[in-house]
Amino acid sequence: MVDLSTKYLGLTLKNPVVASSSPFSKKVENVKRLEDTGASAVVMYSLFEEQIIHESKALDHFLNRGTESFAEALTYFPDFENYNVGPESYLDLIQKLKISVEIPIIGSLNGVSRGGWINYARKIEEAGADALELNIYSVPTDFSLNSSQLEDEYVALVSEVRKEIHIPLAIKLSPYYTSLPHFAQQLVKAGANGLTLFNRFYQPDIDIEEQEVVPNLILSDPGDMRLPLRWIAILSGRLQTDLALTSGVHSGEDVLKAVMAGANVAMLTSELLRSGSQRLTEILCEIERWMEKLECESITQIHGSMSQKNVADPAAFERANYMKVLTSFDGNILF
Amino acid sequence: MKREMITLDANEAVAQVAYRLNEVIAIYPITPSSGMGEFADAWSAQGIKNIWGTVPMVMEMQSEGGAAGAVHGALTTGSLTTTFTASQGLLLMIPNMYKIAGELTSTVFHVTARSLAAHALSIFGDHSDVTAARTTGFAMLASRSVQEAQDMALIAQAATLESRIPFLHFFDGFRTSHEVNKIEQLSDEDLKAMIDDTKVFAHRQRGLSPDRPIIRGTAQNPDVYFQGRETNNPYYNACPAIVQKAMDKFASLTGRSYHLFDYVGAPDAERVIIVLGSGGETVEETAKFLNEAGEKLGVITVHLYRPFSVEHLMKAIPASTKAIAILDRTKEPGAAGEPLYQDVITAISEGISEGIAPFKQMPTIIGGRYGLSSKEFTPAMAKSVFDELKKSQPKNHFTVGIMDDVTHSSLDYDPEFSIEFPETKRCIFFGLGADGTVGANKNSIKIIGEETTNSAQGYFVYDSKKSGSVTISHLRFGPKPIRSPYLIGVGDANFVACHQFNFLERLDMLKYAAPGGVFLLNSIYGPTDVWDHLPIEVQQTIIAKKLRFYVIDAYEVAQKTGMGGRINTIMQTCFFAISGVLPREEAIEQIKHSIKKTYGKRGEAVVQKNYDAVDSSLANLHEVKVPAQATSKLTRHSPVPAAAPKFVKDVLGKMIEYEGDSLPVSAMPVDGSFPSGTTQWEKRNIALEIPVWEPNLCIQCGKCSFVCPHAVIRQKVYSPELLANAPATFKSVDAKFKEMPGAKFTVQIAPEDCTSCGLCIEVCPAKDKSQAGRKAINMADQVPLRENESKNWEFFMSLPDPDRTAFVPTTVKNSQELTPLFEFSGACAGCGETPYLKLASQLFGDRMVVANATGCSSIYGGNLPTTPWSYNKEGRGPAWANSLFEDNAEFGLGMRLTIDKQTEYATELIKSLGGVLGDRLVTDILQADQSNAAGIAAQRVRITELKDRLATSKDPNAAQLLSLADILVKRSVWIIGGDGWAYDIGYGGLDHVLASGRNVNVLVLDTEVYSNTGGQASKSTPRAAVAKFAAKGKGLPKKDLGMIAMAYGYVYVAKVAMGANDAHTLRAFLEADAYDGPSIIIAYSHCISHGIDMRKGLEQQKNAVACGIWPLFRYNPALVDEGKNPLQIDSKEPTISVEDYAYNETRYRMLLQSDEARAEMLMKQARTDVEKRWNLYRQMAEIEYKFGKTEKTEE
Repeated sequence: MVDLSTKYLGLTLKNPVVASSSPFSKKVENVKRLEDTGASAVVMYSLFEEQIIHESKALDHFLNRGTESFAEALTYFPDFENYNVGPESYLDLIQKLKISVEIPIIGSLNGVSRGGWINYARKIEEAGADALELNIYSVPTDFSLNSSQLEDEYVALVSEVRKEIHIPLAIKLSPYYTSLPHFAQQLVKAGANGLTLFNRFYQPDIDIEEQEVVPNLILSDPGDMRLPLRWIAILSGRLQTDLALTSGVHSGEDVLKAVMAGANVAMLTSELLRSGSQRLTEILCEIERWMEKLECESITQIHGSMSQKNVADPAAFERANYMKVLTSFDGNILF
Repeated sequence: MKREMITLDANEAVAQVAYRLNEVIAIYPITPSSGMGEFADAWSAQGIKNIWGTVPMVMEMQSEGGAAGAVHGALTTGSLTTTFTASQGLLLMIPNMYKIAGELTSTVFHVTARSLAAHALSIFGDHSDVTAARTTGFAMLASRSVQEAQDMALIAQAATLESRIPFLHFFDGFRTSHEVNKIEQLSDEDLKAMIDDTKVFAHRQRGLSPDRPIIRGTAQNPDVYFQGRETNNPYYNACPAIVQKAMDKFASLTGRSYHLFDYVGAPDAERVIIVLGSGGETVEETAKFLNEAGEKLGVITVHLYRPFSVEHLMKAIPASTKAIAILDRTKEPGAAGEPLYQDVITAISEGISEGIAPFKQMPTIIGGRYGLSSKEFTPAMAKSVFDELKKSQPKNHFTVGIMDDVTHSSLDYDPEFSIEFPETKRCIFFGLGADGTVGANKNSIKIIGEETTNSAQGYFVYDSKKSGSVTISHLRFGPKPIRSPYLIGVGDANFVACHQFNFLERLDMLKYAAPGGVFLLNSIYGPTDVWDHLPIEVQQTIIAKKLRFYVIDAYEVAQKTGMGGRINTIMQTCFFAISGVLPREEAIEQIKHSIKKTYGKRGEAVVQKNYDAVDSSLANLHEVKVPAQATSKLTRHSPVPAAAPKFVKDVLGKMIEYEGDSLPVSAMPVDGSFPSGTTQWEKRNIALEIPVWEPNLCIQCGKCSFVCPHAVIRQKVYSPELLANAPATFKSVDAKFKEMPGAKFTVQIAPEDCTSCGLCIEVCPAKDKSQAGRKAINMADQVPLRENESKNWEFFMSLPDPDRTAFVPTTVKNSQELTPLFEFSGACAGCGETPYLKLASQLFGDRMVVANATGCSSIYGGNLPTTPWSYNKEGRGPAWANSLFEDNAEFGLGMRLTIDKQTEYATELIKSLGGVLGDRLVTDILQADQSNAAGIAAQRVRITELKDRLATSKDPNAAQLLSLADILVKRSVWIIGGDGWAYDIGYGGLDHVLASGRNVNVLVLDTEVYSNTGGQASKSTPRAAVAKFAAKGKGLPKKDLGMIAMAYGYVYVAKVAMGANDAHTLRAFLEADAYDGPSIIIAYSHCISHGIDMRKGLEQQKNAVACGIWPLFRYNPALVDEGKNPLQIDSKEPTISVEDYAYNETRYRMLLQSDEARAEMLMKQARTDVEKRWNLYRQMAEIEYKFGKTEKTEE
């Protein structure tokens, strides 16, 4: 019997397979099912400050609009005593989950204002989350901001949140940093206990017939794992932080790759959305089969075994890797 | 006992009492009583309990008649039951009221007294409705203020339980129902102390029960009916004393003492006015004021109007009385006098003859009318009545408050006379409906009323437009109780605020300012620049009255703090800062407290933006140094253009500039008939941005014009040579219409009539290939375009209308070549209803007769000052009428019957005159094909010829036929209304009219809610949507009116959504008109009450169809004759989920935001509803039809 347990953000997990932020976590029964089918922890869907503000303002706008203008219709809607447009329902859910499941619950937060980040981080901790993941990416469209200004802001933010809360703190990153190792190091210094690589975003598409921009989110496929895999391998062992790999994890094999590269855990969503939560059980079986085949006793044993630091050829994760692919290309098929 | 002082309106105050004292509440929305039902429904949804610890059950009915029936049933089985209503609603309850009274059943109906629809509808207050119910046997108890309305609601309940006589408790619509005032609130303990539970048990015990069976409601014969009718005399005889006993008990509890007839004034008064309702306060305050100057005046306020106690009235009148005036707030044409007048005369006559009167000789008694439809009744008017009583021969049957220059009934009064207390501060605010002014002022009055020792009063005046409406708030506060149920008068306001700069150019608001008062202006111009931008009249008044003048750029503060166009809290902060009613810091704290209380539940972001607005306000408030001279080159605009017809200028223009009160009786039409097409003269200029057409991108599809709710964007095809005199900026392009080769084409915008809704932009399919965000129409600021585009519009309108016979309107683009005869209505910007009306007016307007149910469409369609149904260059246009809410289908059928009968008679006559007229002409007329515009045009030519020949004929039948000849041109009868009418109150009639087989076209403008009265649920409201009276989200599916109509088999039925498929809508309208039988079109009408961005209304229509909740179909019985299935489903199977549609709308989303579990449950059921309906429709559409042709049978 292999030992699949691992540690992430100071939490002891029964295995390295974590359900990442997804609509699954919106309902207690879904999270219970994830627990039952083998997830070792769940990252909740993100509390989006921007959405809270938007919902709040939209509700206010539509409840106000047209009121007190026309004698027969001074209002158009009943005004309820309460609306769940703030973070309350999210926080309630954390509390319910903590009562309903044994596995750790990791809150997730995407803020827009300094006050919002800190305020909501504190609330998520108070609600009982075992850890918090900050989803700090935004699309920078301001031409006057340079990259170091942006990075400094993020680092300062992490530092402030770190001061406010006591639970472990992970930072979910995008791959779009000029010097990821340096930035990662800054975040760790600012107090991040873990880094989650990488975020996936809504990617706008263009409808050429209607000439409209269409928001789109495409589920990952296994190829998407290569990018975080490389960066996990590069960062592993070089930073005093835990690492989580997310994007493109679809099988037990993928989980093992992540762990070998240096991830403490592998997180998955697309596979669960496609195949349902029972897929987790299969993935765990696949991991066990591979571990047995490789004659490994525990996850800890292979953790980081293929990190850049530990592989025989560290350059393989750098540019040479690219070259290797090129040289292995069989040019004959062109003819 | 310490009671809370609260500041609220009478609807809320009364509802608080009625709710706590009843078990069953049956409701139906009608202005101005709807608020009471809404409160009751909301409290029930929140689980608030009555004084016995149970939550009252609230049930919305299909009509007031239905509500009365349900009340009767609930009472008959022993529940404490109430209802709220007004006006026609009360009339619909009258049959049940006779029954309820005849059966001696305890209940209280709370009525906001309102005008009845006669020569015109009016939503405002008078006693026409309640006096029409005075014969029902209900006791009638009148209140005259917010405090009294609350108190009498309780007294009535106590009295009805003891007396067994049902009570109608009434207070003045709007004036009292909507006045915000500071009152002492009755506690649960007060209510419990007043209500004797043994009487409640007795009421319950009288309820029908199979455990003690009886029957009630027998039919009686001449032998006993009469005697039976007399059995209840002892109850009526006892009732006045019971009411007084309840009043006395109430006085011992609260210290507020009331009497059946309350006398106030000099003990030795010689002149006395007797009055009902809020007018009593005005007369009382006036009498006190004049008595202080040595007059001997008195006033009797009638509280218990039925049973009318002669004995109590006799005790109330001072023996010194020499002359009495009785004021009635109603008119009973043809009567010997109005109701209260007749009652008092009878009472005094009886009192004298029975020796119980305080005098032996009949005093001088006169009666008069005042205050109809909330017409102002001021101290000046009350004084004029007292003055009239001084005369040796005072005018009887007088009117006061108007100028009657026809029958000279009116009394003169001095408009300068004022009795306002100097300690009372009086403030008037002119706002735009959308800027939140009224809400902020209600809030201010609450703060002043509840956070200071001041008394406070707020009353709010709205205009009749649903877009760009002007609101006027009248606020009074001060140390003395405020009993002034009239508006702040000219020269009386200490503070005047103008929240929209452009009002200065059209309204004389500073006439209200008192000398030395304050004028606060929201202005984009700062303190040093603003002066030169004021019209000279404004400058002159500021100087003459020595006003202190302040400006703030509230738009900028609002913009910076995320408030958008809502400048309410900013102006409110300035008001507090200037008025000094509270220390500044405290005022700001109170405003913020109130913001938190009002908006806290909507989220921190909303609270914060309001806080930011408050905090930024004072730094931007500046006092203006007023120059000594008025120097402006600007003048106030005339309300209508110089070219307007005389009636528009002299009469409607006065109303537009808020001077309608000055119009004399002779200015008004005698029968309520008004000229068509008058909105064209009211240039409202409410759009900040207007569409700009790009000719080179335009594909000439007509969609922009098709969807425009206000008919402000139009297209024309015309001969190129007509451009010779075009203004320089007039745009045109080569036309792409095969009907008129070589022609030019223009899309033109009416810049001063546009509401800036943006639907045209959204629907425009033509995009710039190099810049996809740019379309063939784009929005741009109105001000720089206004002058040129107005000239262009004028030129465009002067171009000849396209030939209706050339442009066959079977395509959307061709349909838009037809002139709209419904234009520039006051409907909401982006209204989803009006494009359908406009389309009907284009297709059939020149031969269209419209019966319009009361509701949104009758208000924007027929509310003065100006009305949108118009006429074409030949002078033809829709003939439009509104009867009532409930009877519209029948009303329209009546119109059809006239047409059918007159056509039949004209046919008989023309046949009989064949020899005289020429058989050829007769045959051509009778056999004319009138199925298209060309046929109609040809028939019109024949009728002209016919009339020429008839005019010279001596045959007696010729004169008959001459008066009927026009009927031989085919007419199209349209019965139009909303879902409240079609699904609920008018459904019985609609069903009958459809069943009649007559050729009528019914258009249901389906907003799925009672839009006009503020969003109450109808049977059209879909499952899972929140509406008033369905505050938990509607738990049952929408009624399938189309399916019900299809069941007849001979009714043309179409369900359309213009935004989803405009061509389908067009086809349905044409087919409905062409079908020689009843037709009904159910048209999806997006609405402000859906809580959507109105600019996206058409997209939501598309989504509604795409998710299957609104399937498009046509059911054409004519197809059966061709062996085809009459049902064609014209939309595809659902391609998106119901949620994808629904959660774009606040009406669905707010349930998700407040009760997610229920929202999910209802949404799941809504999905099933859609699946089931689709399954059914699909199967129906697949049935094989092979029947022979059905011969039409004449009725």
